[in-house]
Amino acid sequence: MAEEKEAKSIDQATVDMIEKATQDGVRIVFERAEAIKPCPIGAEGSCCSLCAMGPCRVPMPKGKEETPEEKKKRTGVCGATAETIAARYFTRKIAAGAAAHGDHGRRVVEAFLLAARGESADFQVKDEQKLLQLALDLGVEIGDRSNNEIAIDIGEKLMEEFGKQEGELLFLKRAPLKRQEIWRKQGVAPRGIDREVVEIMHRTHMGVDQDYQNLLRQGTRAALADGWGGSMIATELQDILFGTPAPVLSQINLGVLKEDEVNFIIHGHEPHLAEMLAVAAQDPEMIEYAKSKGAKGINLAGMCCTANEILMRHGVPIAGNFLQQELAIVTGAVEAMVVDVQCIMQGLTEVASCYHTKIITTDPRARIEGATHMEFDERNAMASAKAILRAVIDNYPNRGKNVRIPSHKTDLIAGFSHETINYLLGGLFRASYRPLNENIINGRIRGVAGVVGCNNVRVTHDDIHVTLVKELIKNDVLVLETGCAAMACAKAGLMVPEAAKEYAGEGLASVCEAVGIPPVLHLGACIDNSRILMAATAMVKDGGLGDDISDLPAAGAAPEWMSEKAISIGEYFVASGVYTVFGVNWPTIGSKEVTDYLFKDYEEKYGGMWAFEPDPLKMAQLMIAHIDKKRKALGIDKARERILYDMAMRRELEAV
Amino acid sequence: MSKIIASAAIRGAYKIVGQAEEKWQQAMDKWGANEPVGFPNTAYYLPVIYGILGEKVEKLGDMERILKRCKALLPPPVREEHPLPYLAPALDAGMATFFAEEIIEAIRYLEQPDFYLKGEDVTDEKIWLGAADDVIMRKRGIEFVDGTAPGFAAILGAAPTKEIAAQIAQELQQKNIYVFMAADYNGKRFAEQLVEAGVQIGWPTRLVSFGPDITSAVFAMGFATRAALSFGGIEPGDYRKVLIYNKDRIFAFAMPLGFVTDEWYANAAGAINFGFPTIADTPIPEVLPTGITTYEHVVSNIPHDQIVAKAIEVRGLKVTVAEVPIPVAFGPAFEGERVRGDDIYLEAGGGRTPMVEWVTSKRMEEVEDGKIEVIGPEITDVPPGSQLPLAIAVEVAGRNMQEDYEPILERQIHHLINYAQGLMHIGQRDIAWLRVSKQAVEKGFKLSHIGTILHAKLHQDFGRIFDKMQVKLYTEEDKVREIVEKAKAVYAARDARIEGMTDETTEIYYSCTLCQSFAPSHVCVISPERTGLCGSYNWMDCKAAYEINPTGPNQPVPKGECLDPKLGRWKGVDEFVTKASRGKIDHYYFYSIVHDPMTTCGCCECIAAILPLCNGVMTVNREYTGDTPCGMKFTTLAGTIGGGVSTPGFVGHGKYNITQRKFLIGDGGLLRMVWMPKMLKEEIGERLKVRAEEMGVPNLLEMIADETIGVTEEEILPFLQEKGHPALSMEPILG
Repeated sequence: MAEEKEAKSIDQATVDMIEKATQDGVRIVFERAEAIKPCPIGAEGSCCSLCAMGPCRVPMPKGKEETPEEKKKRTGVCGATAETIAARYFTRKIAAGAAAHGDHGRRVVEAFLLAARGESADFQVKDEQKLLQLALDLGVEIGDRSNNEIAIDIGEKLMEEFGKQEGELLFLKRAPLKRQEIWRKQGVAPRGIDREVVEIMHRTHMGVDQDYQNLLRQGTRAALADGWGGSMIATELQDILFGTPAPVLSQINLGVLKEDEVNFIIHGHEPHLAEMLAVAAQDPEMIEYAKSKGAKGINLAGMCCTANEILMRHGVPIAGNFLQQELAIVTGAVEAMVVDVQCIMQGLTEVASCYHTKIITTDPRARIEGATHMEFDERNAMASAKAILRAVIDNYPNRGKNVRIPSHKTDLIAGFSHETINYLLGGLFRASYRPLNENIINGRIRGVAGVVGCNNVRVTHDDIHVTLVKELIKNDVLVLETGCAAMACAKAGLMVPEAAKEYAGEGLASVCEAVGIPPVLHLGACIDNSRILMAATAMVKDGGLGDDISDLPAAGAAPEWMSEKAISIGEYFVASGVYTVFGVNWPTIGSKEVTDYLFKDYEEKYGGMWAFEPDPLKMAQLMIAHIDKKRKALGIDKARERILYDMAMRRELEAV
Repeated sequence: MSKIIASAAIRGAYKIVGQAEEKWQQAMDKWGANEPVGFPNTAYYLPVIYGILGEKVEKLGDMERILKRCKALLPPPVREEHPLPYLAPALDAGMATFFAEEIIEAIRYLEQPDFYLKGEDVTDEKIWLGAADDVIMRKRGIEFVDGTAPGFAAILGAAPTKEIAAQIAQELQQKNIYVFMAADYNGKRFAEQLVEAGVQIGWPTRLVSFGPDITSAVFAMGFATRAALSFGGIEPGDYRKVLIYNKDRIFAFAMPLGFVTDEWYANAAGAINFGFPTIADTPIPEVLPTGITTYEHVVSNIPHDQIVAKAIEVRGLKVTVAEVPIPVAFGPAFEGERVRGDDIYLEAGGGRTPMVEWVTSKRMEEVEDGKIEVIGPEITDVPPGSQLPLAIAVEVAGRNMQEDYEPILERQIHHLINYAQGLMHIGQRDIAWLRVSKQAVEKGFKLSHIGTILHAKLHQDFGRIFDKMQVKLYTEEDKVREIVEKAKAVYAARDARIEGMTDETTEIYYSCTLCQSFAPSHVCVISPERTGLCGSYNWMDCKAAYEINPTGPNQPVPKGECLDPKLGRWKGVDEFVTKASRGKIDHYYFYSIVHDPMTTCGCCECIAAILPLCNGVMTVNREYTGDTPCGMKFTTLAGTIGGGVSTPGFVGHGKYNITQRKFLIGDGGLLRMVWMPKMLKEEIGERLKVRAEEMGVPNLLEMIADETIGVTEEEILPFLQEKGHPALSMEPILG
């Protein structure tokens, strides 16, 4: 458990709006968190409520060593040990996270197929190059065929990945060869995306799998079906449909809301509707309509990962991250919050009821009591987006007087896909990851960290993210971010190139200055963590840094995690060879064996392992120590002599 | 790339692309889209555009496509606050700059055909050499291949004074590095400064004055690009390979002297794509992280006395320069220098006086290592403008010394003497010719220094095959004549011995993979009767080279079982070639052009091609730039077969090889020869007559057509018929 925090947030806009909420008498997440404390037994994974004989609580005794006899007695009614219970719940979290990403991916494939088959006029193949690359990767014939013909084959092939019962997921082949061998050897290469999730639900049912290592192995398999399956499919096809992100300047924080325009926030995780709304908001007809209602224009802003999606591809500004969702409404200036799936607090409707804001649910899988439901129809995507937008605009005249928009907003550069990074490091003619590897080898960059994940109201909002990331870049670690973590650092001003000089160590700063990048790169939504896997693989393949992801001087972290998706992401990073540190709390503390297994034994199996550390500076130290360990193993921990080439050495070179 | 550099480079690219568009539009109005454009005598069109984009620019109208590509490559300007990543856009803008510069220069060739000189030399009136044609590129390319020229410096602008310019140039020359010059700084140009300082410029002294403007810098990039295509065997348009080839193998760098303009930055950014860093004398921003280049990208504010050393270090180049203790500069860059008329202090040989060079083996006790004697008058004893007889007698001794190595050592004398600044040497043996300039004598050069040079360099390069060496320089006529007589007898005996060697009686052949620094899959195998296609290495040279450096590029190849005596194929050779070509080539035939002939790196002296209509073959030497009956000029041929591929119907070979007994013997031999350039006929005529007589057709030379008869098969066939050329009655060459 994290210690009792002092401040609620380090973000002034957030602090201001919490104050306004108090003034307005509105109950928000920060207040609810004070009223309800986390269940200490559940938090450590020691409560089993799987059958009606329980719930059984098997907490570790506090403040004293347990005797072997006591330990033996510490079981549920059925005899399930603390190990089994902790592993079951951990694995179930993976199942939920993998299901969320998998289901997101499935919806993307559906939309992709609609577009390919011409059944949705508003979706088209936008990135032909990526389409063809994917066709090559998947062995789909290109020949003289049209983009749509190719896309249909790709879509159908990827759709099969969800229901596949045997074999291996296709994208596993993208990983370094050594990594694939590890997965096969450990028996964790996933067969089908849905199957692995269903199997977890079966194996964690009362009285099935009661060997914690065996349970965790299935958890790993499902997590890999997320990272190298559902998530990767989603990212790849979203890029093809909506464009592969390229660097773009935008702004973030509640200050992006506008006094005199229709403000509407798109919140959730899937990009389809957001893409349509982004286009619709620029439609002169819609702008005219807004003006007819007395507004000067339409201001679309994003929240959570949907925000990241349209930020990355269109530069649409972001209103805030997870813990700011209610606060956007508290400004009194938001006509509507349009939501789809994941991380949408039910508290929104209660907060909205205090203002004129409408909560509009759009997905049949996610309805909220008290919200307006306007289902998004992908076959008539634009019409359906416009209908929603009209409803939003119609609400503008209802805006009250109690409006206060914080002035805070920060500039950021986003749009770093792994393909774009490849380009940015060498231009069109020399694109490669070579300069990154070279500067890691020569020590200007000490290593690479992926910092991802959520906000968690149990710790000071954004503080852990920002403190950790500042410490990493100060120590020359290049940071790749997604999700709400990225937003936290963007708000702190770490995502502009000028931040390199101000916050980064000299070596990292010199590379950032050379390339013109911020020291912290925004890679997209949490589903886009697959981009980090691809970037890591590209680094391995470019050479000089070992032959597996686990050889890279790299580490991962989710400092303010809260969702089950985070556990799934963490597990697939660990199983891909990345040392991964989580903050806030750790859900298997109730079992020392399970925790040791995840924190220590995993390294031997997967090359990557979990760690838990709530203090951001200590977390940074752990990550840097791991990076240094890897540098030493690679023999790049010491300064190297400049090699001068004579003719004989040139003759030894292999042909390019 | 720093923000300042990227911003400037992108601005510069806009300016140059804009200039290209404007010039192109004017040219289109004047000449029309069908007007042919290009650089002189090249098979590589506008080489950077061809190599990188794979686009052939042959007419003015073709440039429209390229200009479109340029504009698509031009990124938006770099924002002052919160810029988007600028390295990649700046690199792209740099490439667009090169494409645009080639367009500008090609239009200059169209508008002002005489603006640039043709050939290798500058004149008193003009100094701008323009694009290196393919003859120069291949001739000079060999020096890049064999390491005598490890790289080039592209100098922009001018040094603060002509003295500093001369000092930088000489330092680069001494490090064997080519100097390519373009652009001005404050109206001054480095090349002009060198002329003012009395330095000889031009290709022969490696001080290449490309042109007066920044756009002429693109000729350096064209040279580099063609190296990748012709020696690296890289396909045009395979831009990534062309650029990586340059990064790995062409050790070039940019050296801007003076204020770096936007246009210079644009060129520097383009050069970084090739892996060529920038080393500046002004305090521009530095870009130290590595990645696109091997080490730093931009290093600045380097004092002039350190700039050459710094540039070499930044490029990651190892240059080993022999210290030769003589009062003038020494190195391959001075080999091409001329000594003329009034500049001559002393002259020997060349028909004016007797002169001879002779290396001979002695017993160990007869040689005192390092002893140098001048027997007769020294240079200091005679007035300027004198002539003296001269015999250079080099006496060597050592346990590994063999008589066979004497001619190898002897052949070094020519270039080693030439390497000294202010000396000119022509010929060899008893037809040698030497001039020593007044400038050299003023610096203190004496004849004894010839001994110093030979002792130092021969020890350095051939130290493994002899232990001791002394040099005697005779300048008295009777002594010289005595040596000439002794030497002539030895020359005759040597020639007879070499002539007597046959492929059949020799079990060990030698490989030559010297060119693999440039053509990674090419392997020469050299037998006594098939000398190296570059003309530089015969079997004996390779044998000696192996003795000198047992792990070097010349390795013994036991030929093993003979698989085809007629066409010349051996098991041992096949196995070696497979391994040494890294699996690219698994066999070739020594004596055939029809069946899987030997590969070439691209630096062959001649290329033979089948002429089916004439039932024979033709061959063309590198120096001949005209059309040939096979429909291709030398340079196109070299582009087609270079880079280590075996191309039936074509084969690269040395000039000497034409008159060797095994020349294409599997296809009928020399009697198949129906066409050669006149200049080649003249050059090898004497030997050809001898060989033809041996083959029973004494007047073969007169039956061989040349360009005065025709440059198509149809044109030469009647001539061959009239002369009764033996090829016409031989069995069909294409069986």
